[in-house]
Amino acid sequence: MSEHSDELYQQVILEHNRKPRNYGKLALSTHEAEGYNPLCGDHLFVRANVNAEGVIVDVAFEGDGCAISKASASLMTAAVKGKKVEEAKILFEEFRRLVLKEIDPDKDPHHLGKLTVFSGIWKYPSRVKCAILSWHTLKGALDKEKTVSTE
Amino acid sequence: MLDIQKIREDFPNLRAHGRDEKPLVYFDNAATTFKPCQVISLTHSHYCQRTANIHRGVHYLSEVATAEYESTREKLRRFFNAKSLYEIIFTKGATESINLVAHSYGRKFIKAGDEVIISEMEHHSNIVPWQMLREATGCVLKVIPMNDQGELCLDEFQKLLTPRTKILSIVHVSNSLGTVNPVREMIKQAHAVGAVVLLDAAQGVTYEPIDVQAWDADFLVMSGHKIFGPTGVGVLYGKEKLLEAMPPYQGGGDMILSVTFDKTIYNRLPHKFEAGTPNIAGVIGLGAAIDYVSALGWKDVMQYKKELLAHGTKVLSAVPGIKFFGTAKNKTTIFSFTIGDIHPHDLGTLLDREGFAIRTGHHCTQPVMKHFGIPATARASLAFYNTKEELDAFAKALIKVIEVFQ
Ligand SMILES: Cc1ncc(COP(=O)(O)O)c(C=O)c1O
Repeated sequence: MSEHSDELYQQVILEHNRKPRNYGKLALSTHEAEGYNPLCGDHLFVRANVNAEGVIVDVAFEGDGCAISKASASLMTAAVKGKKVEEAKILFEEFRRLVLKEIDPDKDPHHLGKLTVFSGIWKYPSRVKCAILSWHTLKGALDKEKTVSTE
Repeated sequence: MLDIQKIREDFPNLRAHGRDEKPLVYFDNAATTFKPCQVISLTHSHYCQRTANIHRGVHYLSEVATAEYESTREKLRRFFNAKSLYEIIFTKGATESINLVAHSYGRKFIKAGDEVIISEMEHHSNIVPWQMLREATGCVLKVIPMNDQGELCLDEFQKLLTPRTKILSIVHVSNSLGTVNPVREMIKQAHAVGAVVLLDAAQGVTYEPIDVQAWDADFLVMSGHKIFGPTGVGVLYGKEKLLEAMPPYQGGGDMILSVTFDKTIYNRLPHKFEAGTPNIAGVIGLGAAIDYVSALGWKDVMQYKKELLAHGTKVLSAVPGIKFFGTAKNKTTIFSFTIGDIHPHDLGTLLDREGFAIRTGHHCTQPVMKHFGIPATARASLAFYNTKEELDAFAKALIKVIEVFQ
């Protein structure tokens, strides 16, 4: 591929697309939402099991989408599992700002870790929605909204 | 024979660059086409030298602009072989033209229980206005199914036709599959039960010459930007007696003869349907586009595109894992496909990085995607300025893209 392709389709993303983590249903879930991106037809469910202390003890996603949306969902579940709901919401906000290039991951403080693989996506405005769909859906689930759309 | 290199020089946008300064291969002509310099310079010179409103001024510029605007009407009359100039209405595009018919003709002549027939491969713009009509009138919307090659099931169409069928609104050439429908035959069959027929020729106008009298089409719609003209301008052709009987679609200036607070007398055709200041420069530019395609000659254009279709089918078939959607016997230079389980949007983004502009998604034809049980396809749509070499490069790029996912 061209010298640029690694900016967006990095190995981490391709690998999570191939073998998504936390894919499927949960035996027990307290929160659930359905996310839909009408532009591309990306469509997924995010389910979470939050305990009495407000910790996301388990989280999973399921659905169809492009490599970007799948990898993003996979990385998201890995990132928020074991975190408190408030921490997950902070991550959501940081991720949202990352993909819109409102923060520079090399300079500004953040908790994004591996999620910074999406830092180049702002160059592809039509794909930002693919990356952020699962996050909106998670937030919707945590806020008890049933369906979430990127439009 | 077309001199493609010479033709390409007429289209400055072909020399533009894609992302990251890559040379551009533009394969998104079903979405919109590039404009030849003839169109660009006429629009430009209108704004530089002949800006005026039309039909209203006694001053020189207004007369010149009016004459140019009206001469485009004559060009379109000839292009479609319409009987009279009254039958050519300027709109902002195919979408508005369909809405005009659904609203004006529909609400006057369609009653509860009447039937409107469309097909499974319609663009959303030829679905939603009829659903709105259904809401307003209680009419019944029937859908002609298609087979897995993306061809309409004509037996089923026969069965859908009844004495209550009032409108058949059908796409001539499908934008997502490339299928060319046997519309001349379908018009005859619809007329046999007394229905009127609207042809969505948004894609068809660049495929073959259309003769509305020989085909006996009642209405025909198109968009200027898909035939190498400007955006924001389109055409509705309608048989004069039908348009005469229809109420205006919008009220305003230009569509009236006289206005008092008690009574307004509507203007004659075609002005009755052209309320307000139209897209004057757009219409004038469209005239230049019609001149351009007319001068190329249909025979050569059709022959060349047939070669492009055959070549594209050959080289793309060799791409591992490719699956085509829309393999009708009669089709145009539109290749809709998926590759293995790679999502079309990923293909689109990776091809974009190589300089190829294609469309990915549902192409405003969600029922087509549903038919095949897929969310989206990648679509390469070619115009006469595209080349076999571009197709070769495209097939190569696809193979490279697939490797990323292995
Ligand atoms: C078959 C068909 N019909 C209608 C339309 C609508 O055209 P416009 O958006 O220019 O009004 C399109 C455009 O994609 C089309 O391809």
